[in-house]
Amino acid sequence: MREQILTFLERNSKIDLKELSIMLGTSEAVIANEICEMEKEKIICGYHTLINWDKTSLEKVTALIEVRVTPQRNQGFERIAERIYNYPEVQSVYLISGGYDLMVILEGKTLREVSGFVSNKLSTLDTVISTATHFILKKYKDHGTILLSQEEDERIPVTL
Amino acid sequence: MKPSGIRKFFDIVSEMEDVVSLGVGEPDFDTPWAIRDEGIYSLEKGRTFYTSNAGLKQLREQIALYLHRRFSLNYDPMKEIFVTVGGSEGIDMAFRAMLNPGDEVLVPQPCYVSYVPCVELAGGRVVPIPLKAENQFRLTAQELLDAVTEKTKILVLPFPNNPTGAVMEREDLEKIAEVILEKDLYVLSDEIYAELTYTGNRHVSIAELPGMAERTIVINGFSKAYAMTGWRLGYACGPKEIIAQMIKIHQYCIMCAPTTSQYAAVTALRDCDDEVARMREAYNMRRRFLMYAFEEMGLPCFEPFGAFYVFPCIREFGMTSEEFATKLLQEEHVAVVPGDAFGDSGEGFIRISYAYSIDNLKAALKRIDHFITRLREEAGTGLSEENV
Repeated sequence: MREQILTFLERNSKIDLKELSIMLGTSEAVIANEICEMEKEKIICGYHTLINWDKTSLEKVTALIEVRVTPQRNQGFERIAERIYNYPEVQSVYLISGGYDLMVILEGKTLREVSGFVSNKLSTLDTVISTATHFILKKYKDHGTILLSQEEDERIPVTL
Repeated sequence: MKPSGIRKFFDIVSEMEDVVSLGVGEPDFDTPWAIRDEGIYSLEKGRTFYTSNAGLKQLREQIALYLHRRFSLNYDPMKEIFVTVGGSEGIDMAFRAMLNPGDEVLVPQPCYVSYVPCVELAGGRVVPIPLKAENQFRLTAQELLDAVTEKTKILVLPFPNNPTGAVMEREDLEKIAEVILEKDLYVLSDEIYAELTYTGNRHVSIAELPGMAERTIVINGFSKAYAMTGWRLGYACGPKEIIAQMIKIHQYCIMCAPTTSQYAAVTALRDCDDEVARMREAYNMRRRFLMYAFEEMGLPCFEPFGAFYVFPCIREFGMTSEEFATKLLQEEHVAVVPGDAFGDSGEGFIRISYAYSIDNLKAALKRIDHFITRLREEAGTGLSEENV
């Protein structure tokens, strides 16, 4: 039941509880209770909106930054990750296997703002060895949603 | 052959703008990408030739494995399976291979529209068995027994059913299997919707029951389960003597099923169980959603456990199915299929497809609700409350 609810909410957190209960064949109360529990357990961590900012007048720059760091005795990567994720402009921080250690996703108003963050704040942290910054030029698909598609039903309207 | 009476209705639909349709008989999902990708790859590799008449060996092998894995059926991929152009071709070939002039074929109705003309074209005589809503549109042993004559050769078993959504569960099949054995009939079991059942148990093929495989042609295909209608690919399985005759006709009429589709289908059977399950779960949710909505509207509807159709009864409005569907189309721009398109016993019902997004279903349901509320007001009855 939990997985089914989560699968729905991940795609549409605005879904009507009653509708969800009909589709899952269970009562509204059960679903509301499960959601409440999962919020408490931090399985559900928030309800966000997927926005295609390119269609607004607001300028936004997103960068993926690969960061190599020196892990610290007894603390591994936790401490440096925390130092990085506390910056409000940082959207995401992931520990990564492979050629570097942390993937930092940063959102800023301008290119200059992002590069300023990298050179002034990120690179100067003690344990950071190097950074490589990649700017996102265009988003085709985000959170499983194709941003530019206009789906039309091309089927013949009635078939037997 | 009788012209399809539904044509006129279709013509109005296709000319109308702003139609919310609930009329399709095919999935709304795109074919899973892995399957499309395999089709593209086969084209890139230049696999653009005929295959053997019976179909690619590796596809027939995958079909055999799949039927065993999913439905406990055992077929020899070399002698008992061949690949067809959709399930439709299998139906046609089976009748052409098996029927002699005057042979009778029992066709439970409402059902898909192609059995009757295919039987007639093959020189057979159709004996309809009208199924009843109170039996959830399942075929009972008594109904079968009553329809059998000395000339009866084949029973068509179209389950899970288009248009009713009815299924036949194991107990139901066991009861009719007795009659089939006793009366020495063949069975054409059209199982194109086999993957789409919502009883909690998997579909049971009649060919799985003792003594039945040797007298059953199983028709299946990729259209519904894998959302591959446009690929035109299906298969037929059965006793090698009958399959051999079917292949003989197929090799002259068709040569072989489309090669690209066959390569893609290997991937479908081998790698796409999860995709099928995902689509099935989505259909099931929509099914529950529709059942709830019709209950709210007070429209009587037995709960269907298969395919992607519901089949509500519209008798209370005192119109024929076609009148109802035409009026609904003209006044609310919603397209549904009148039940009598699937045989006389479908009169008084409409077929509603849930191969649509929830948003689309909601929009259509709202219009249907307006429509029947208005009809009830005009009739001056207070049925809408009482019937719930």
